[in-house]
Formats: sequence, structure tokens, C-alpha cells
Amino acid sequence: MEKVIDIQHLRKSFGTHEVLKDIDFSVNKGEVVCIIGSSGSGKSTLLRCVNLLEKPSGGQIIYNGENILDDGHNINEYRTKLGMVFQQFNLFNNHNVLNNCVVGQTTVLKRSEEEAKEIAMKYLKIVEMDQYINAKPRQLSGGQKQRVAIARALSMEPDVMLFDEPTSALDPEMVGEVLKVMKDLAGTGLTMLIVTHEMEFAKEVADRVVFMDEGIIAEEGRPEEIFNNPKEQRTKEFLKRTLKRM
Amino acid sequence: MSFDWIINIISNNWPMFLRGAGMTLYISIIGTIVGTIIGLLVGVIRTIPMPDVGVKRVVLKIVNIVLSIYIEIFRGTPMIVQAMVIYYGSALALGVDMNRLTAALFIVSVNTGAYMSEIVRGGIVSIDKGQFEAAHAIGMNHVQTMKNVVLPQVIRNILPATGNEFVINIKDTSVLNVISVTELYFQTKSISGNNFRYFESFFVACVLYFIMTFTVTRILRYIERKLDGPENYIMYANQMQVETPEDIMRKTKYNDVKQH
Ligand SMILES: Nc1ncnc2c1ncn2[C@@H]1O[C@H](COP(=O)(O)OP(=O)(O)OP(=O)(O)O)[C@@H](O)[C@H]1O
Ligand SMILES: [Mg+2]
Repeated sequence: MEKVIDIQHLRKSFGTHEVLKDIDFSVNKGEVVCIIGSSGSGKSTLLRCVNLLEKPSGGQIIYNGENILDDGHNINEYRTKLGMVFQQFNLFNNHNVLNNCVVGQTTVLKRSEEEAKEIAMKYLKIVEMDQYINAKPRQLSGGQKQRVAIARALSMEPDVMLFDEPTSALDPEMVGEVLKVMKDLAGTGLTMLIVTHEMEFAKEVADRVVFMDEGIIAEEGRPEEIFNNPKEQRTKEFLKRTLKRM
Repeated sequence: MSFDWIINIISNNWPMFLRGAGMTLYISIIGTIVGTIIGLLVGVIRTIPMPDVGVKRVVLKIVNIVLSIYIEIFRGTPMIVQAMVIYYGSALALGVDMNRLTAALFIVSVNTGAYMSEIVRGGIVSIDKGQFEAAHAIGMNHVQTMKNVVLPQVIRNILPATGNEFVINIKDTSVLNVISVTELYFQTKSISGNNFRYFESFFVACVLYFIMTFTVTRILRYIERKLDGPENYIMYANQMQVETPEDIMRKTKYNDVKQH
């Protein structure tokens, strides 16, 4: 299987606090990987290291056969290949819905205005936000904002989509609409790396589930293995704690 | 009687008053605009993330120090003194006899720039970190992030402070009379020097200054409200895929604005 991103011996410390300890991990083309784990286990940090919003303290991130942590590597070009969806949406407040999806294409990818708008509309339709192109972010509900954020990331036509708890900041009644969009995307063969607390969703959509605990990958495997038949004691405990709450 | 004198002074000297007021406005406008541009540039440079190592880091460090010195000196000394030092200093040191108006524009711009730099930097720092992260995640570099995402928001947020600088400039250009720039205060001084009616002459100047600052304040408040845009947006339900918002004005208004 072709690896899109291959992470080797990744380490990250904040001061003396070692948050990621020697992570080996890869994402294959067309695969949907869900990362689960308790709060503070380093899931967000791992995702943010992948697109270099955090600078790794050590290790390698291999993309297209090259270590992008090597000196002189064009980080911005690499980032266009990764679409990021944040927990807090982070839509550009000064742009309306359409321009949120256009501005990256025109400034970074140098696409023409018309082409960019066409592509933006294509993805806004997919997330069913094409009727709101004139709205400013502050005029949208959380679920709508997150769907626009997904369209914005997709408009760059990345190789991988990264999601960091995309539904955690949403009111419960809006979680469904965002998860539905993500499910649909997973069905199209898009490569996705998703940090989530939605266990049902992970069970249903993931090709592989990664369980993180205290900065290491404690266990990974197919969802039915992880959820029904976990091998590690800490995975069992985590699942017991989380599933009881549901 | 004073009132008659005021009428008298106005009718005899109105061209001079107007020219003085015009000069005051001109210097304040140019000074504020150029100062704001300086402030934006300095603000962007001072917020460039510091590289970990290398030549770039050294250069950036030096540039930051120079900019800090500029800001501290111009904020820490009176403009009236800056005017004297720059005007007579340039004559002495460089042997150039600066045009008075050029000197005035230079002094006000650079002085305003120092204040605006700090205002802009404050504006940039106060923008939500998520805006930067989203822009970086999409592949934008520092300048692209600033231009497309951050500065438009900063400019909106610092507009009140910019207006404030403008009003301050209208009043403070009066100190430029020390280098004989023919702004309103200088003109009034000349007028009263001829008629010896100091109170009446300066009363007229006072009214003119107030009219200018008051008008500017109102206009800026209006622009602020304009920039915030309409509260409602327009639902877009068209088969044509790519249209400008203006093309869609005829569409139904979407009034059920959701607040998050
Ligand atoms: N910028 C930072 N500076 C210092 N410590 C940080 C920083 N970011 C994260 N940490 C620490 O790193 C650890 C892992 O954080 P991270 O956000 O990756 O956890 P997480 O698994 O995403 O948790 P959650 O489920 O709550 O989002 C935490 O202990 C956190 O306090
Ligand atoms: Mg997190």
C-alpha cells in the first residue's frame, strides 16, 4: 500500500514536558484513520506536528519520499497538500463563505479567480453550504461554520485531510450534520486522519483506529479489533471509561 | 467690542484662515495616511516569527532593534522638539535646506508612524491565534497571511485609534509653527501680530480647529459603521454557480440570522 505520510520516531516536547515519545505512524492512500485517546494524550499535538503547526523536537516526516523536516524544504507547499479542520473552525472572519474557500486557492495555488470560485462552489455544494456563499462567518451556526471549514480545506484539493475533534465545539444537535459530511467524504476514497471522541463514528467509518496514551501509540488496528477485542489493558480501561459515558 | 472685532477679523483675513486650515488638514491627512502605512509595515515586520537559527535570525533581530529604537525615540520626545531637531539638524548635518512643508510632512508622518506601529502590533497580537493557524495550514506565508487574513481585520479594529491619531495630528500640527510652516496656528499668529487682537483672532482659530476635529470624528464613525457591513446576508439559491454578491441583490433576504 502506498504511504501518503510516514512518520518515524517523532518526538515533541514543550519545555521539559515530553508530549510525544517516539511515534511511528503512517497513513496509506485512501485510508481513514481515527485517533482516539484520553484528554492530554497528545492527539492534537501529533496532528499539529504533521502539518508543522508545532515544530517536532525530533524524528522524520516522510512525504513523497522526502523528509520535510530537512532544512530548506518548502513548508508552505507541503501544507497545501494537507487540509486541516480545526475544533474551533477558524474561518477567516474578514471573508464571506465563498472567499474563505477561494482566497487560499488564488494566493497560494495561484489559481485564477474563476477557476477557484468554480472549485469552491463544487465543495460548498458537497457540504451543502452553497446557499450561504455571501454569509460572513459570524452569521453562521457552529455546524455551518465547520462545514464551510471542511469545504475550505477540500478546495485546496489536498492529498490528506486532517481533522482535530471537528465536532467537539458543537452543540449536540449539530454534531450529526458534520459527521454526515465526513462519512460521505470517507466514502469517496479521500485519505483522512481524524482525531475524535465520537466512538460510534470511528467504529463505523475508520479503516484503522489508533489509540494514544501518554504520548505513545498504545495500540492500533481495525476498528472491530480495537473496540471489541482490545489487547492492551489501557485500551480496555479507556474504552470502558468512554463507552460508559455514552 | 469683541464680537465686532471677530466679524471684522474674519472678513479681512478669511483667505489666510482658510489657507491655514487647509494646510493643517493637508499635513494631518498625509501624516496620518503615511504614518498608518509605516505603522502597518513596521507592525508586520515586528510580528515575523523568529527563525531558530541562521543569518535570517540575526538580520531580523537587528531590524527589530532598530525599529524599537525608532518607536521609543519618537514616542518619547515632543514633536515640537523633533521638528526643530530634524529641520535644523538636516541643514546642519547634511547641508540640505529642507523645504518647510516637506519637513512638516516628514515629521508628522514619522511621528505618527511610531505611534501607529505600536497600535498595529497590538492589533495583530489581539487577532485570534486560530486565524493565523488556519492561514498557515492552508499554505500561506507570513506576508500572505497578513495581507489576506490578518491586516483586514486589524485595520477594522484599529480604525478608532487611527481616527484618534488623525484628530491629534490636526491639533498638534500647530507646533510646526516653530519651523514656520504656514498652518492655521502660524497664520493666526501672523494675523494677530498685525491687528493685536489676540483673543479674537485665536478665538476664530479655535472654532476652525474644532470644526475640523468634530467633522473628522463624525466621518470616521460613519465609515466604521459602513465597514461592519449589513447584519443580514442574502441567501443564495441560484443555478449559476459563480456570481458576485452584487448580482444577487435581487435575491431574497435571509433574515433569520443565526447567532452562535
Ligand atoms: N503549546 C503548548 N505548550 C505547552 N504544553 C502544551 C502545548 N500544547 C499542548 N501541550 C500539552 O501537551 C499535552 C498533550 O496535549 P494535546 O492537546 O495534544 O492533547 P489531546 O490528546 O489533543 O487532548 P484533548 O483530547 O483534550 O484535545 C497536554 O498535557 C498539554 O498540556
Ligand atoms: Mg486535542
